[in-house]
Amino acid sequence: MCNSVLQVDVIIPTQTKYLDLIGSIGEHIAKDIEHFSGDREALAYHLNLVLTEATTNAIKHSALMTPKDTVRITIHIQDNELNIKVYDHGQGFDLETVPLPDFDQPKENGMGLYFIRTLMDSVTYTKLDDCNVLEIIKHL
Amino acid sequence: MKINLEKIKDCSILFIQEERIDAHNSGELKEYILHLIEQGEVNIVVQLENVRFIDSSGLGALLSGYKNAAAKSGKLALVSCKPQVLSMFELTRLNRVFEIYADLNEAFENET
Repeated sequence: MCNSVLQVDVIIPTQTKYLDLIGSIGEHIAKDIEHFSGDREALAYHLNLVLTEATTNAIKHSALMTPKDTVRITIHIQDNELNIKVYDHGQGFDLETVPLPDFDQPKENGMGLYFIRTLMDSVTYTKLDDCNVLEIIKHL
Repeated sequence: MKINLEKIKDCSILFIQEERIDAHNSGELKEYILHLIEQGEVNIVVQLENVRFIDSSGLGALLSGYKNAAAKSGKLALVSCKPQVLSMFELTRLNRVFEIYADLNEAFENET
């Protein structure tokens, strides 16, 4: 009757030194998920990467606002769905206008969102009243 | 970022002594490589044996080094990538850009 539920809620300063911590949480969760029959090592790397990229974006978007700004990250697992939300207080951007990387003429930037979109099942970016939220869903 | 530098023949070997390359330390890696190239060290091998995680900014730092070395008729090659790290180069097709070798011996065999 009771499905296994995991909820993690973390708030960090907008500093890149916390990326390791956030990525590590993703890795640990992947290694502990119950009833997962896929490649656990690959999932661990992918969650580390997706959380790192999403948090980096949020820090970059927030950095110019106030030095005491924070980024909130929530991870929720229920009914074989993993849901990540990353909240930033920046000006926001239009996810739909972010292009795919040009593989024939690769550039140094612009690969982060590509990783998130490629490795996860759904990505949305929504502007709320007082913040923006990048929501990422992965079916386990 | 902790990097050990060794010179073999006319090549600078960078041994990355970090498990993780992300937006926190990739800027430092990029600057380190650019500084080498500015000093005329345009043939660079980056040894990634200890690196178990790289993100898009880390790939970007290495790509920057590759482009700057190539612009001065040099090259930047990668050796000893762990499978998960290598998969990031494959996902971005950057494995078609970089010369990637199993280890330093293979890299130098290919040079001769």
